[in-house]
Amino acid sequence: MFIWEKLGLLFNPLEISAPKLWMKEFAQAPSTLIFDDFVRVYFSCRSHADENGQYTSFSAFVDLNRNNLFEILRISEQPILKLGEIGTFDEFGTYPVSVIRKEKEVWAYYAGWTRCESVPFNVAIGFALSKNNGETFEKIGKGPIISYTPDEPFVMSGPKIRRFNNKFYLWYIAGRKWVLDNNKPEPVYKIRMATSEDGLNWTKFNKDLISSRVEEDEAQASPDVIFYGGLYHMFFCYRYSTNYRGKEKGYRIGYAYSHDLESWTRDDTQVGIDVSDEGWDSEMISYPHVFSLDGEIYMLYLGNQVGRFGFGIAKMKSKPQV
Amino acid sequence: MKWIKKGKIFDPTEHQLINGCLEFAQSPQTLVFDDFIRVYFSTRQKDLNTGKYLSHIAYVDFDQHFNILQISQKEVIPLGGLGCFDEHGIFPINVLRTDDKIMAFTCGWSRRVSVSVETSIGLAFSDDNGETFSKYGTGPILSSSLQEPVLVGDGFVKKFGDTFHMWYIFGTKWMPQQENEPPARVYKIGHAASKDAIHWIKNEGIPIIADEIGPDECQALPTVVKINDRYHMYFCYRHSTDFRSNANRGYRIGYAYSDDLSTWKRDDENAGISLSKEGWDSEMMCYPHLFQFKEQIYLLYNGNQFGRLGFGLAVLEG
Repeated sequence: MFIWEKLGLLFNPLEISAPKLWMKEFAQAPSTLIFDDFVRVYFSCRSHADENGQYTSFSAFVDLNRNNLFEILRISEQPILKLGEIGTFDEFGTYPVSVIRKEKEVWAYYAGWTRCESVPFNVAIGFALSKNNGETFEKIGKGPIISYTPDEPFVMSGPKIRRFNNKFYLWYIAGRKWVLDNNKPEPVYKIRMATSEDGLNWTKFNKDLISSRVEEDEAQASPDVIFYGGLYHMFFCYRYSTNYRGKEKGYRIGYAYSHDLESWTRDDTQVGIDVSDEGWDSEMISYPHVFSLDGEIYMLYLGNQVGRFGFGIAKMKSKPQV
Repeated sequence: MKWIKKGKIFDPTEHQLINGCLEFAQSPQTLVFDDFIRVYFSTRQKDLNTGKYLSHIAYVDFDQHFNILQISQKEVIPLGGLGCFDEHGIFPINVLRTDDKIMAFTCGWSRRVSVSVETSIGLAFSDDNGETFSKYGTGPILSSSLQEPVLVGDGFVKKFGDTFHMWYIFGTKWMPQQENEPPARVYKIGHAASKDAIHWIKNEGIPIIADEIGPDECQALPTVVKINDRYHMYFCYRHSTDFRSNANRGYRIGYAYSDDLSTWKRDDENAGISLSKEGWDSEMMCYPHLFQFKEQIYLLYNGNQFGRLGFGLAVLEG
């Protein structure tokens, strides 16, 4: 199995020296863009809840010294993306974001949030691009790039963009149903995939990629894929459908592998990372992002309360035999 | 074009409807049989939880002289489940008979917080001659996209040659709330094509009908018929605000024609039908539907108050 050495909490939005109104709490769904001297980590944060207890998510970045990831060089002054106009899919939040370089531009795929009457929210996946090295992003349309279809009816979220074999791959989640937990609607979602030649026109694969393990209504999120040793490796997170805000039924990180990017074998016994006995990641771990840097493989992930207190980092010490 | 009005032919308040629906018979659309005509419409139930309306589909069968034969006695198509695009209503429904099946294109409604509603187009199939429909998935077949950010709906499908054509509407924007006016939407008529009527390619974000009353004109419910070599489209249009009670800004019937299904020439002056001086269609006309029955071309439409008290019929002369 994998062996991960936890290096600790890397970024806590509650501890930054010049707090911003839109970055009060949470640093969720980290994803990286690597520069010569620093590693830019995108994440999503929130202003304080409004009078109805509802949050608006914004996306931002923090630049870390490439030679010492625990040294913060810079935090973005403004959100990297504007919220959408009234009535559009991303009016009430942009979270999470996943980026990829495309020639001189940086392309971002993000989940946009709107608010609904019978359920709290709906989500669809948008697109934006940056011409200033990923500091800010502009949308090329007001609507989503991945929207709802017969088998993916709502809550399209958690995009992860990757490029393999000259093709764009987008892993994401699609809502399957809303279940009622003490009359409160909670979404169940599964890991899905789409492919594209140009990054703009997408073909959905239209299948669940990862079998459910803890229960039929297991919710799965943050499918992040890396390639090495002739295999594709996916790290993701999963939780129970109800009562999941505590340790017992909260998020854990899972693992699956594939030879062809289409059929995946889930084997959580290989993942090699779990909650700690105490501290910031003792109740839950979630939203893994795995990346290579200077000959090492790292995982960024969230701890307790799904990233309310920021994200941490682990370093891969050994891999399973492929 | 020249139409002869036949008057109102169905009043929902005179009949017992399912789901406790009392009023509204909106957007009448047909499934034509050899010797009778099934007209689907959307009627409304009051949602006891919120006081808001839920639109349901029902139908009425007419004989060839437009006498009522029967009214649907069971649910034609259920509303969607929690969080689905059609949870809070289906309005309208367009039913298409192909060589081997009967399919329906629904416009599903779900409520939002900052604006009243979002819509998408769903697909359903019937294997009992259109008495009931089962849905193709729990999500829509056509929904918002990059250049069509909101309010995709009102699909109307016809097959010409080996291609299915869909005319539908897409929202271009919501205008923020003004005094006395909740957020108001603007939508235009677009076109999509398909080989199987399931997978569609939208001509995304391209309005195909020119505006007549300014850029914020709302255009809805396109319906198309082919006569000889020309395609004729009827639709309805209105101002984007103050359209509910101000008769000068409410829905009117618009008209356009095309010889190639690609470019359309708007020509409202030759629509051949307009408001009556008095009566049920004297303030508003909306939700037109063209169909052919026994060599005759007909137009169904709603009148005042968006069809609260039913729909009427006109016959094309010549």
